[in-house]
Amino acid sequence: MSDRKIRVMVAKPGLDGHDRGARVLARGFRDAGFEVIYTGCHQTPEEIAAAAIQEDVDLVGLSCLSGAHRALFPRVVELLKEKEAADISVIGGGIIPEQDFQALYDAGIKAIFTPGATLESIVEWIKTNIKPRA
Amino acid sequence: MDTVKQIREGHVRPASRLIRDIEDKIPSAKSEIKSLFPYTGKSFIIGITGAPGAGKSTLTDAIVTNLRGRKKTIGVLAVDPSSPFSGGAILGDRIRMQRHVQDPDVFIRSLATRGALGGLSHAVGKAIHVIEAMRKDIILVETVGIGQQELDIINHAHSVVVVLVPGMGDEIQVMKAGIMEIADVFVINKADRDGAKQLHKELISMLNAAPLGPKDWRPPVVMVGSLFKPKPFAENIEELVLKLEEHYLYLRSSGKMIERINRKITVEILDALKANILEPIVQKLDESGDLLDLVKKVKSRKVDPYSAAEEIAHRFLKSEDK
Repeated sequence: MSDRKIRVMVAKPGLDGHDRGARVLARGFRDAGFEVIYTGCHQTPEEIAAAAIQEDVDLVGLSCLSGAHRALFPRVVELLKEKEAADISVIGGGIIPEQDFQALYDAGIKAIFTPGATLESIVEWIKTNIKPRA
Repeated sequence: MDTVKQIREGHVRPASRLIRDIEDKIPSAKSEIKSLFPYTGKSFIIGITGAPGAGKSTLTDAIVTNLRGRKKTIGVLAVDPSSPFSGGAILGDRIRMQRHVQDPDVFIRSLATRGALGGLSHAVGKAIHVIEAMRKDIILVETVGIGQQELDIINHAHSVVVVLVPGMGDEIQVMKAGIMEIADVFVINKADRDGAKQLHKELISMLNAAPLGPKDWRPPVVMVGSLFKPKPFAENIEELVLKLEEHYLYLRSSGKMIERINRKITVEILDALKANILEPIVQKLDESGDLLDLVKKVKSRKVDPYSAAEEIAHRFLKSEDK
């Protein structure tokens, strides 16, 4: 009787120290039945990728409110690819202007959730799009 | 390269994936764990337990730093509670240990309890084996914040550190059974706070009153001060690690190590027996509708659960006596 749980990492890359949103998400994900690895603020993309692999997560959710998303989000995707973990999906959120969305999608970010996105919609997206390996 | 070989060479991804398969009860994990088993049993396992908020994760992180200074390779299993309502969990221990995340000789893995009640998770025993097969010298197992009863850690660790903080109750707390009896080393953490000296006195009193013989191990009490005074903090951690080393030597010289290993192995065998005997029987009864039927009969007092269990045991197990 297997019992696959979705494992999600919530991480804040870069210098942005505003973690309230990330913590709200972590709690929301827990209430949705996911196991959430919360690594907190001030993580480098290297640290996030290394932790994601140690924890065998299905998804990495990156939160950035300081405008560094164009540099940091794609770097995480790149590092996961380098470490042969491209099957780990990456999504992003925070303060991200719409004109940056396409560049992020092109870099491999699967979805972007900015202020106004409901917790329910994010959970729904995850449940629909993230399948732990069989 | 097959999975077992990769894990033995220390590759992180296959090890973490196997641990996940074990947690999720994926059938293929069984044969992999069996193949790994001959390579297990060589790491020294230290349990770190104590009340919620006592500072276990921060202490674990500091111990890792100290042990890395001694060139030891390390595995860490950090357990956090699953929500009884949603089944989800926030695994937040590793946030205190992220400084080690890029060190290839440290493997940190977070686990959720998933309903297990002893302070750990069902997967911990096998997860320890995976890390043992990775050839890590020392494995630190951090339990959830426990009360007085969640003592599963003694079935997995060779040495147990119990972490206390000042201000968590009066001297009566110190006398109660359970958590206080399983400590091989006590740590009074956040010892810069009010009440630390008092707690220390009470602990020493309790230890003085305990019936310890001259050959027995008397758990030392290590005071660990504020994290924000790095030099004294590092000295306190050094003292803690030295006490753990002393305990290790005591276990070997006294023969107690063999006792503890035997206990660990016995528990592991019993758990495996339960999984292979009890669970399949329950599953069969459930699938055939017999279990639901039995619930109705017991509810209406047509049959008692004890006789029912005897009948089921007789039905499923070949037994000479009726």
